[in-house]
Amino acid sequence: MEAYLDNAATTRCYGQVKDIVVKTMMEDYGNPSAMHLKGVEAERYMKDARETLAKILKVTPKEILFTSGGTESNNLALTGAAYANKRAGNHIITTAIEHAAVGAPVHFLEESGFEVTILPVDEKGVVSLEALEKALRPDTILVSVMFVNNEIGSVQPVDAIGKMVHEKAPKALFHVDAIQAFGKFQIYPKKLGIDLMSVSAHKIHGPKGVGFLYTSEKAKVQPQILGGGQQSGMRSGTDNVPGAAGMAEAARIMYEHLEENREHMYQMKERLAEGLSRLERVQIHGMPLREGAPQILSAAFAGIRSEVLLHSLEEQGIYVSAGSACSSHKRTASSTLTAIGLKKDVSETTVRFSFSEETTAEEIDYCLEVLGKLLPVLRRYTRR
Amino acid sequence: MFHAFLIKYAEIAIKGKNRYLFEDALIKQMKIALEKVEGEFDVQKEQGRVYVYCKSDYDFDEVMEALTRVFGIVGISPVVIYEDKGFEQMGKDVLSYMKEHHPGYAGTFKVHTRRAKKSYPMTSMEVSSELGGVILEEFQDASVDVHHPQLNLTVEIRDKIYVYSRTIPGPGGMPVGTNGKAMLLLSGGIDSPVAGYMIAKRGVRIEAVYFHAPPYTSERAKQKVVDLAKLVARYSGPIRLHVVNFTDIQLYIYDKCPHEELTIIMRRYMMRIAEHFAKERKCLGLITGESIGQVASQTMQSLAATNEVCTLPVYRPVIGFDKQEIVEIAHKIDTFETSIQPFEDCCTIFVAKHPVTKPNLKVIKRSEEKLEEKIEDLVREAIETTEVIDVEQM
Repeated sequence: MEAYLDNAATTRCYGQVKDIVVKTMMEDYGNPSAMHLKGVEAERYMKDARETLAKILKVTPKEILFTSGGTESNNLALTGAAYANKRAGNHIITTAIEHAAVGAPVHFLEESGFEVTILPVDEKGVVSLEALEKALRPDTILVSVMFVNNEIGSVQPVDAIGKMVHEKAPKALFHVDAIQAFGKFQIYPKKLGIDLMSVSAHKIHGPKGVGFLYTSEKAKVQPQILGGGQQSGMRSGTDNVPGAAGMAEAARIMYEHLEENREHMYQMKERLAEGLSRLERVQIHGMPLREGAPQILSAAFAGIRSEVLLHSLEEQGIYVSAGSACSSHKRTASSTLTAIGLKKDVSETTVRFSFSEETTAEEIDYCLEVLGKLLPVLRRYTRR
Repeated sequence: MFHAFLIKYAEIAIKGKNRYLFEDALIKQMKIALEKVEGEFDVQKEQGRVYVYCKSDYDFDEVMEALTRVFGIVGISPVVIYEDKGFEQMGKDVLSYMKEHHPGYAGTFKVHTRRAKKSYPMTSMEVSSELGGVILEEFQDASVDVHHPQLNLTVEIRDKIYVYSRTIPGPGGMPVGTNGKAMLLLSGGIDSPVAGYMIAKRGVRIEAVYFHAPPYTSERAKQKVVDLAKLVARYSGPIRLHVVNFTDIQLYIYDKCPHEELTIIMRRYMMRIAEHFAKERKCLGLITGESIGQVASQTMQSLAATNEVCTLPVYRPVIGFDKQEIVEIAHKIDTFETSIQPFEDCCTIFVAKHPVTKPNLKVIKRSEEKLEEKIEDLVREAIETTEVIDVEQM
């Protein structure tokens, strides 16, 4: 049996998404910038995709800016907003649990002369509003907070943060990395005070290599990729028609079933958590189950290095992630797990399980059954 | 554009009656190396010299990259070939060679002439001095120095006139295939690929054995070893890699033996298994990347303890090298970047905090007695389930 429990790393493409990707590659393959009919046909896909996504977020189509994915969206939002608003101030605020796609550009900006404040989080992985209030200044130009943390699934109080940011720092733009939240939460950026929001397609059963940045009309952003002036000059490069069309189709399906999907994922999460609680020396991180994101459950298995558990599960066809998949190229402790105050021996034994609406109860039960057998064996053989 | 490359080989020229064997091996390895290069080449042995003739367009750097990895080559001289249309024309040709390859030359030089075609109407000395004069006339700031010239221009008179003045150093050593075969214990580290390279350089064919320990080591760690083998294979030729699943043996030793002896006992079993494959594959020795004192398992005592299980000679070409010296070679052969990828290898997963550094062979043997019940079956199973990967050069 196989159990794919790594949906926060990436998801399987929907069949309908594949169909539209193939169609825009094989039949309607024109360049939207071309003047002839083939180009006009292709442009229609871009327009439809923009409209679909705009409708889901209740924003206008021209506020959707297609990118090559979450990392580019975050880079564009941070670097682009910081440089476009340099004259308004020099101060940037972010949190200690951001993904590297935010952390690294912020670090770059700091090296380039911007002043950066990094907000701490509590043991559940939730950012402190008091710390934010203290950090906000008249010269703050950018606040970047993720919606759902990718490692432990903690959900940030985006609504309260948005209000506070605009109240205390009227010049600041509020950026939200919603890569793990889009498709799992109903998000209306305008209501939440979000000016910029990053989304990736492959986390919602869309293709890899495509995403978008919601860019509020009033947000000034300096383009980072220059060239033929596509997307009103905000992001040059031939339009990725298959990517954009596939992403919109995936989002459409996700949001059509949002409530039932959420409920299903929460049930899977609870089922796994309940089973884990019956195993020895397992510690679940993050917020209470229903308060955290529906698709992510992070747990430590005392005495077993996460890599070893991961590969043991893999031998049984079960796929999970050790900490954050993106940080597993480096052998450094995860910043989120450190930020929520976990000791090295706990963070080194932490594994992330992540679900989708396609995850079945059988998969969860199979995983629990295998864990039940594996843990005692693995705990016998450790470094002494 | 050069028409040919003259291949210089020093060491193999002194091998007496076996000389043709070495030359044939060299030519074979050169042909293999040139197969990967775009273009058409003809490798020929002529009157005790080896030439690569270029039959089509080619990329100079690509050819150099291929040939500078062929063991046995000491130097490569790019040659321009001119038709033999009398001495006057030869003078013009040599001048045009100089103008193209050493424009405005103002140092010392010497013309060296070889007459392969003894029927040529002038002697070598005559040709050299005449050509020297022609060059001096054109390059007024140059001067002749027959003892220590900065530029050595060679003119070979054969059916055609061969001119060259530059020698690019080759890797030296001896052509692979002239010295039997050995089994390399390849880990994912820095030292073992270097050790393999060094032995291959002496003309030895290489096979390799890698011990992996899933789930404690990952699929990526194995891929890394395959990648390293591919890099070494650029010098040694194709490598047959034996991937042994070592997990059960390791866990059994963990269960039965004192923990501080784990690494030593484990390595003794690795040597035993490596030797099994070495004998099966008709290898004449084992190769390891050990260097005295580098880690606990590489003290003199530990080396003696692991060596004791082998009947074949164990070659340890980096035994007296410091880490930095090994790293330099790893950089030279381009394995360093791959070696430092951070994947755990099976030697370190259960390593004790304080492993024995001076193992006593009697004590170790007594500990191994505790394994009697199952170890033979486990070793047999590991051998039977070994995966064989034939690794081609990258």
